[in-house]
Amino acid sequence: MNTSQISRRDNFQLSMLLNDKRYRSYTFQLFALIVLICIMAYLGKNLLENLAAAGLNISYNFLGEASGYDINQRLIEYDSQSTHLRAAFVGVLNTLLVAFLGCIMATIFGVTAGILRLSNNWIVAKLMMIYVEIFRNVPVLIWILIIHSVFLTILPQPKAFRGENPEASMLWDAFAFTGRGIYTPKPIFYDGSSIVIATFILSIIGIFVFRSYARKKLYGTGQLIETRWTSVAIFFIPTLLVYFIMGNPIGLEYPELKGFNFKGGIYARGSLISLWFALSIYTGAFIAEVVRAGIQSVDQGQSEAAGALGLRSNLVMNLVILPQALRVIVPPLISFYLNITKNSSLALAVGYMDITGTLGGITLNQTGRAIEAVLLLMLFYLVISLSISAIMNVYNRSIMLKER
Amino acid sequence: MSDNSNSFVRHEMLSERAPPIGERGVLKWARENLFSSVFNTIMTIASVWVIYSIAVGAAPWFFNGVWNAKTTRECYEILDGVNGACFAVLQERFPQLIYGFKYPSTEYWRPNLATILLLVALAPVLFRRLPKGLLGFSVIYPFLAYWLIWGGTILIPTVAFVGCCIGVACYRKFSSGAFVTAIILGLFSAYLCWFLGGYLISWNNDFLSLKEVPSRDMGGFMLNLLLGTIAVSLSIPLGITLALGRQSNMPIIKWICVVFIEFIRGVPLITLLFVANVILAFFFPPETSIDLILRVIIMMTFFNSAYIAEVVRGGLAALPSGQYEAANSLGLDYSQSMRFIILPQALKISIPGIVNVSVGMLKDTTLVSIISMFDLVGMIRGPILSSTDWNGVYWELFGAAAAIFFVVCFTVSKYSQWLERQLETGKH
Repeated sequence: MNTSQISRRDNFQLSMLLNDKRYRSYTFQLFALIVLICIMAYLGKNLLENLAAAGLNISYNFLGEASGYDINQRLIEYDSQSTHLRAAFVGVLNTLLVAFLGCIMATIFGVTAGILRLSNNWIVAKLMMIYVEIFRNVPVLIWILIIHSVFLTILPQPKAFRGENPEASMLWDAFAFTGRGIYTPKPIFYDGSSIVIATFILSIIGIFVFRSYARKKLYGTGQLIETRWTSVAIFFIPTLLVYFIMGNPIGLEYPELKGFNFKGGIYARGSLISLWFALSIYTGAFIAEVVRAGIQSVDQGQSEAAGALGLRSNLVMNLVILPQALRVIVPPLISFYLNITKNSSLALAVGYMDITGTLGGITLNQTGRAIEAVLLLMLFYLVISLSISAIMNVYNRSIMLKER
Repeated sequence: MSDNSNSFVRHEMLSERAPPIGERGVLKWARENLFSSVFNTIMTIASVWVIYSIAVGAAPWFFNGVWNAKTTRECYEILDGVNGACFAVLQERFPQLIYGFKYPSTEYWRPNLATILLLVALAPVLFRRLPKGLLGFSVIYPFLAYWLIWGGTILIPTVAFVGCCIGVACYRKFSSGAFVTAIILGLFSAYLCWFLGGYLISWNNDFLSLKEVPSRDMGGFMLNLLLGTIAVSLSIPLGITLALGRQSNMPIIKWICVVFIEFIRGVPLITLLFVANVILAFFFPPETSIDLILRVIIMMTFFNSAYIAEVVRGGLAALPSGQYEAANSLGLDYSQSMRFIILPQALKISIPGIVNVSVGMLKDTTLVSIISMFDLVGMIRGPILSSTDWNGVYWELFGAAAAIFFVVCFTVSKYSQWLERQLETGKH
């Protein structure tokens, strides 16, 4: 047999770099790399020339300087003497706050609307369809501005709460909804409150332990233990007992009208509320579509089969439909959460001080450090999105159909 | 023998009796669809209440609306304490809302004509039944639209168009031979044509000239439409290229595409607009000055193409690997198998996604108002609401803006659903 003929190596020729499939991809890649490096070098050279011409340099020293501006909505201590870095950090926390609240609220809106769209009640289904279409087809920025002006015009100003016979009154003397924002009672922790909180956390852990014990017992011996009311009891009784034994260590500080404004309590500015509400009702419309598609993706035969096995309708939903629907719903749901986080940068339009408002807004304008500030801003959002997509990949892998 | 004389046999069938009143018509429908259970009844009553309260709140406001007034105060005087809208602002500021406040009013016919022609140019792309000859107009349209909207001499777009044609013709002629040679020759001939055309333009500057309108004078909904159309049409080819690059088995090209896509998708559009506004100018040569609208278009194209790339990648991944193998076994090379086998099927799957992303892009063009460009939202928030004449007319203006966007976006998404049904080839 003439095997040497087969294993013969071709003589390498230069033209094979273009015409031979084995080498052509190397040529292409090298070419792409060279082009990329050239573009980068060209842009870098322009950047350096332009910076030199404008007498600028790249420096992050401005982060350590006093910011000199105030932020009215903040979660941590901050004043105008604090540094730009701390201002950015306040902004980060504000972004995360509105994104977190928005995700919860959007899920509530979306799941409700998505399920109701499948309702066999004609008028409800149509109403939900109108909600979804209207909110999906109008830019989120317009919604934010509309809802902001709705809150400003519909809710009374603090001065309406004053006088003998006020036009507006507080809800249960605890909540005040004003055009400037919403005031709610604030919990105050006295001595011994830590024990109450510790008991509360322990009892929540206890519920999980009890439930897993009950499940193990059910699978092991077939013995069914009542879990619902026991869980409720574990949730309330120990915490309340400790609360009264320690002598009511947690109190509430109510907002009160002092002069022209409310004092005390937790104050959520109108901009936070309207941004929160607008983002969640806008994204809720998208989530509704995803939820509807997810539920519809589960084959009718599945619920019929579960019914034939004798499962009750709530068990059919919990054990058969939902686990399969969630596989379709969760990945887009997480990307909508990501969208809420990114869209929260529109806070700029209503004057809510998120990271785009502090670092990308006032700090940028005051220091003129555009390149540095925008780079940091992008880095922050990039870190958030990449970590969320990492979580999503882990989740997708865990729910992937196990094919045997 | 039996006696049949007394028995009665019915000769005809009785006609059917109508179902009981509760089992037919409106009543049956209402019972099954609105009041089938206690919970359902509660839901029905609640929704009727919602509709009723919205109608009661909005109807007088809408129907009492004032359409003829010069200022907010005049509006309130006409209304005289009655709850009503002040739609007069829409009438008085209509040109501003649509064209911005700087576009010369004598030239409004140009953007109008460009919009109508846009529909004509899009028609053969959108509806496959129309004759293919119309596609020629779609190719000419971008150059024509440039001339109509920006003005100047017609020689500029003509030279650009002729250059492109000559480049493509050159490439076609040599493409049977070496690929690289054809590309280089095509680019060179196009460049040569543009170079010579430059002399022609500088020699005859006023040939068939329209009044020039600089980019910064564009505004209103026209700007939204302009940005959206250009960004979407540029980003579809770029997005397909990125998706193919991401699927490629050449590691360097793959990683360039992955980094680009993930970076763009990881940051909000507003930061990219900041880049366009304050940073991008630093990356161009010092002597050039590229206007803001072009910088914004660049960043928006990048943004949209990253999202389109992900949609197309989904379409590519959804194709069964048998299709790739079949293309290979027919002996097609990479570009042939992509053009004839893979992309037609993959793009068909991705059409709904591409349309969704593009509608999203059109909606996101409102973000330019944050970097102080005067698009529809920017016009409302800036010149109109801050003017002393129209202080505090939020609802009417934002409602109108929402309505405009709703009509456009809703039409496009309905079109995409129609197209999806058209393209369904079925399993047989």
